[in-house]
Amino acid sequence: MYVIIMGCGRVGARLANLLVGAGHEVLVMDVSPSAFERLGRDFPGSTMVGNGIDSDDLEKAGIARADAFAAVTQGDNRNIMAAQLAKHVFKVSRVVTRIYDPIRQDTFKALGLDAISPTVIGAEVFFGMLTGERGRENS
Amino acid sequence: MYIIVAGGGKVGFYLARELIAQGHEVLLIEKSSARCEMIAAELGNVVQRGNADEATVLADAGTNRADCVVAVTGDDEDNLVICQVAKRRFSVPRVIARITNPKNEAIFRLLGIDATVSSTDLILSVIEQEIPEQALVPLLRLRHADVEVLDITLPKDSTLDGVDLRTLRLPPDSLIAFVIRGGESLFPSGATILRGGDEILALTRPIHEDELRRIFFSRADKPSRSR
Repeated sequence: MYVIIMGCGRVGARLANLLVGAGHEVLVMDVSPSAFERLGRDFPGSTMVGNGIDSDDLEKAGIARADAFAAVTQGDNRNIMAAQLAKHVFKVSRVVTRIYDPIRQDTFKALGLDAISPTVIGAEVFFGMLTGERGRENS
Repeated sequence: MYIIVAGGGKVGFYLARELIAQGHEVLLIEKSSARCEMIAAELGNVVQRGNADEATVLADAGTNRADCVVAVTGDDEDNLVICQVAKRRFSVPRVIARITNPKNEAIFRLLGIDATVSSTDLILSVIEQEIPEQALVPLLRLRHADVEVLDITLPKDSTLDGVDLRTLRLPPDSLIAFVIRGGESLFPSGATILRGGDEILALTRPIHEDELRRIFFSRADKPSRSR
């Protein structure tokens, strides 16, 4: 599938490499060109300097033919807006985003979108390792 | 009305000040404590510190009884989320977002925002209005009928001054319905003679708008079409 990743931080770069390794076509967007250094020299996918909350930039990235979109920038609201653009404006079938703030994650779920909160997941893992029990929020 | 203003930058500050002066109940939400102190010193106890996109902050602000939430931070994405939380979680009847990218107007509407204000668009429209040759304003477009109503103001020195209507060769499906001259309105016939400064209401198909613009605002040549 064709996957667009918005945000080339550590998670974005690692996700991009996992996807190309599995044989998918990948384009990574970031507002900062230096962010692409995280992908490594031999990254076979595409990169594009652009802003995922700008509909023109998303069109340039080929979102019309994208099968999946991941929003993994540092800004929760940027991720929320880009994910809604991908899902509701460009009708991408699989859209996933990262939200740090658990309160915002609830909001995001209420808007009908799939969100991952590393804060919640991280706390649960710590809880499990420290106590030997499963995290309570892990339902 | 109870109005919540999210974002205490310059726009938020002056907006809150004007709304208070108009007698509205206003609460301004701002995340920077330094900025909150400055605003409170000027406007009094109308400031709450916090992130307006967080449901708990909006709950503390009494958003469920707000008549209107206006999000005027400098970031379009923050304004979108603030308005969405206000609308979805607190059923605020009217949410208004400031936007910087004019393209976001249509997108925000699709995502449930009642109104957007784009300073970029406003400045563009003022620039367009400053050009007298562009005095052709689409007043109304009836999408289902593919017809639009245009308001055309002839320049004072229009080359059409003294030309009668029947000598104008209008595009097909176009009609001059009404002429306003010096405060008087007249229903024109083919014999009606145009004068500089006339305000004309015309009906046409949207695809012919540019041709009408050429007919009414051609500068160089006299209407060569007069027979």
